[in-house]
Amino acid sequence: MKRLALLAALVLLPVLACPTLVAAQSKELLLFNWSNYMPPELLKRFEAETGIKVTLDVYDTNETMLAKLQAGGTGYDVVVPSGPTLQQMIRDGMLVNVDVGKMSNFKNVRKPFDKPEYDPERGYSAPYLWGSTGIAYDTALVKGGKLEDTWKELFDPRPELVGKVGMLSDLGEVFVAAAHYLGIDICTEKPEDGQKILDVLTRQKPAVKLYNASGTADRVGAGEVAMQHMWNGAFFRAHKKLATLAYIYPKEGLNLWGDNLAVPKGARNVENAKVFINWMMEPKNIAEASNALGYNNAITGSSQYFIDAMKDEPAINTPEEMVSRLKPTRVCGKANTDMRNSVWTRLRR
Amino acid sequence: MIRGVRRWGLVAPAVAIVGMFVVAPLSLMAYVSTLDRGPQGMVAWDRHSLDAYVQFLFERDLTGRLALNTDYLRIFGRSIMLAAITTVVTLLIGFPTALWMAFQPLRRRTFLVFIVTVPFWTNLLVRNFAWILLLRDGGVIDASLRKLGITSAPMEVLYTPFATGIGLTYSFLPYMILPIYVSLEKLDRRLLEAAFDLGADRWRTLWRVILPLSMPGIIGGAILVFVPGLGAFISPELLGGAKSMMIGSLIQEQFGQSRNWPFGAALAFVLLALVLTGLWLHALRFRRERRLP
Amino acid sequence: MRPRNDLWHFSGTREAALAVLLFLYMPIVALVAMSFNVGDSLTIWSGFGLRWYEVVLDNDDMLRAIRNSMLIATIATFSGTTIATMAALAFARGSFRGRRVIEGLIGLPLVVPEIVAAIAILLFFVLIGFRLGLVSVIVAHSTFTIPFAFLPIRARLADMDPSLAEAAADLYANDWQCFRRITFPLIWPGIAAGAMLAFIASLGDFVLAFFVSGPGATTLPVYIFGMIRMGITPTVNAISTMLILASVALLSLSYLLGRRFR
Repeated sequence: MKRLALLAALVLLPVLACPTLVAAQSKELLLFNWSNYMPPELLKRFEAETGIKVTLDVYDTNETMLAKLQAGGTGYDVVVPSGPTLQQMIRDGMLVNVDVGKMSNFKNVRKPFDKPEYDPERGYSAPYLWGSTGIAYDTALVKGGKLEDTWKELFDPRPELVGKVGMLSDLGEVFVAAAHYLGIDICTEKPEDGQKILDVLTRQKPAVKLYNASGTADRVGAGEVAMQHMWNGAFFRAHKKLATLAYIYPKEGLNLWGDNLAVPKGARNVENAKVFINWMMEPKNIAEASNALGYNNAITGSSQYFIDAMKDEPAINTPEEMVSRLKPTRVCGKANTDMRNSVWTRLRR
Repeated sequence: MIRGVRRWGLVAPAVAIVGMFVVAPLSLMAYVSTLDRGPQGMVAWDRHSLDAYVQFLFERDLTGRLALNTDYLRIFGRSIMLAAITTVVTLLIGFPTALWMAFQPLRRRTFLVFIVTVPFWTNLLVRNFAWILLLRDGGVIDASLRKLGITSAPMEVLYTPFATGIGLTYSFLPYMILPIYVSLEKLDRRLLEAAFDLGADRWRTLWRVILPLSMPGIIGGAILVFVPGLGAFISPELLGGAKSMMIGSLIQEQFGQSRNWPFGAALAFVLLALVLTGLWLHALRFRRERRLP
Repeated sequence: MRPRNDLWHFSGTREAALAVLLFLYMPIVALVAMSFNVGDSLTIWSGFGLRWYEVVLDNDDMLRAIRNSMLIATIATFSGTTIATMAALAFARGSFRGRRVIEGLIGLPLVVPEIVAAIAILLFFVLIGFRLGLVSVIVAHSTFTIPFAFLPIRARLADMDPSLAEAAADLYANDWQCFRRITFPLIWPGIAAGAMLAFIASLGDFVLAFFVSGPGATTLPVYIFGMIRMGITPTVNAISTMLILASVALLSLSYLLGRRFR
């Protein structure tokens, strides 16, 4: 008994001796984000320049973040939702209007990110990073060394690639890609459209090795898959490991997604949040985030600070002629969401 | 040993805590399952609907009629199968291990109990990625096997149900081993000696004496593996390639991208009903059996 | 003390046990090895280096997550195991009315899918005005570790020889003395096993910890899961290696202490 108590004391002592968690101070910012979606050095620089200490709390997907906030788990000052989630939050009245459009650095935001469909006056949000979802493949494994710029290569793979295809698992990505391929509106609510998409995906399934969105860069870099439905930033990381990789911007259109900074209701340090958001629209600062994470941003003047690898990478630095192929995500109606779920469940039942 | 009032005093904290932090929230969830979906997901607190439960078995076709939909039944069936197989496999490899551990000298026993759980101080994701490193074609195991000449072609294990099985067995092994070990370790050696004296050989003793006495441990282990195993989805997704859906992912998605909280809640209650029924049936059967004195 | 008797030796069990231990530790070896990877992949080796250890030690948020997890797991294990032990003792002596119901109740946290339980508890906490923070996670984890601790202890108590307790009573021991000197030492392996299972259950939990935590209370699994989107780096391997070392240190410490006080 005695030894148990002593042991417990020894274990707990160093733990309890550590300074207790933040009581409400005025110079702090509670950031709710993915773990590694803002470089620690950048946040340290922010603290040095403004004196505001950033504390990071983490979520793993937009949906779990949304579910938590909807269920009442509030208290965070800045949150980083993707476009559709942001639109949802605005509609539900979950955000504080901080008038981003009137902030001093807002002039740096370039079109079309300054007037997005989901927040036309940028009252609630500032753009952060954006990316596209295209097709990555290993040119060394393809006869002829080149694939066509079309989704057909992914959904109807060539014989040498069968069984070596990786797909994402995000409903928003897989369904949308198939919809673009078939020329169907991504927000369609017609059951026949859903059936067509399901047919395409079902036909593709035997050729698919796995449906998973995590570890894509490793998987492609290690040669586990020869072709992967992939985010361009993950492609950039994989490209560094395997030089023979190439990225396709399919001509039928590909998904353009963007993340934003917003202030949820229940935030305790709204003023600090505004300072943070404004600071993040500074070209030099956002460029540091881009360089560290491998994704492009929406601020003019930041590309001059990009590292060369980023400037030279067409997957990140989208060439002029490919820009029109980028199709922004949209929030669709309930019937569309149900149809997507139904397709997804049917595909994997 | 324990008289009436004392007994209730002892069990009260458990009942109170579980009552307050599990039963009460669950009742809230049961209420949620009878609500209608909100316009933007979540729930509409003022509108009721049993759609969630109907959705489990039926779907509406274009004319609005209900047609039987076996998708979810299939998913349930698959998860039950997988959890059952995992339980059986962990039992088959866990029992001999626990048996060996139980007969070790005391110092080593404590050490072994610890050793069995240390791997689980690591994170589930990183363990699964370690398995990917081991299992993939060209990975550690494949390369070693080929070098040794045992196989000549890539083993193609990763992203198959077999890989999922390995991952799940791995994750649940300590939950099977430790309860059985704990049961076996208290075995009175005199019972074994008595059996030997009565002419039983080792295997007879195992079957007739050791196994029945370790039943509480086996059952405890089976519950700790099977029940959480029903809801497992990380290993099926990372190691199995996510080509087949499991209950865990299905329910998770309802609160995520599918934005259908009532359905998620309903699924959870169907699962609960299933497990409770199974346990109750088992209890009925068990009541008839007599244990060895 | 007991003579090493070949009668207790079942052929094949040693081989099975060693195979199982090998099975358990193979991924751990791989994991620890990759923590020294210079590149940022968890599965592709690029060379040896301590880069990721430096990254971990330099990252305040990561360190806080580790600290939170350890604190929560320790407290939750302690309370969960205590409550479970008390409950198991209540079951030890024969049947009583409502036994099955209470057994089902205690096992309930196991059956409920994590996400459902997590959101349910969050809604409940918000409803009763319970402030979210570290304590809310501790409370939730304490509740959910109960069945993990309960089952091994219960298995241990089953078929416990009642004559021992009767003898103690004959010798004028009261309930507490009986517990302390007879019951507790006898069920100690069950309690230790239960505590271990409860600890790893709490340490590994992501869903519950995510939903009921308040700002600043992010735990390690939550932090790691949050890395999925941008790619998990070997920092995770480094953290895991450090945790394993910590656990080994703890074991050695308790071993040394054990010898001291014997």
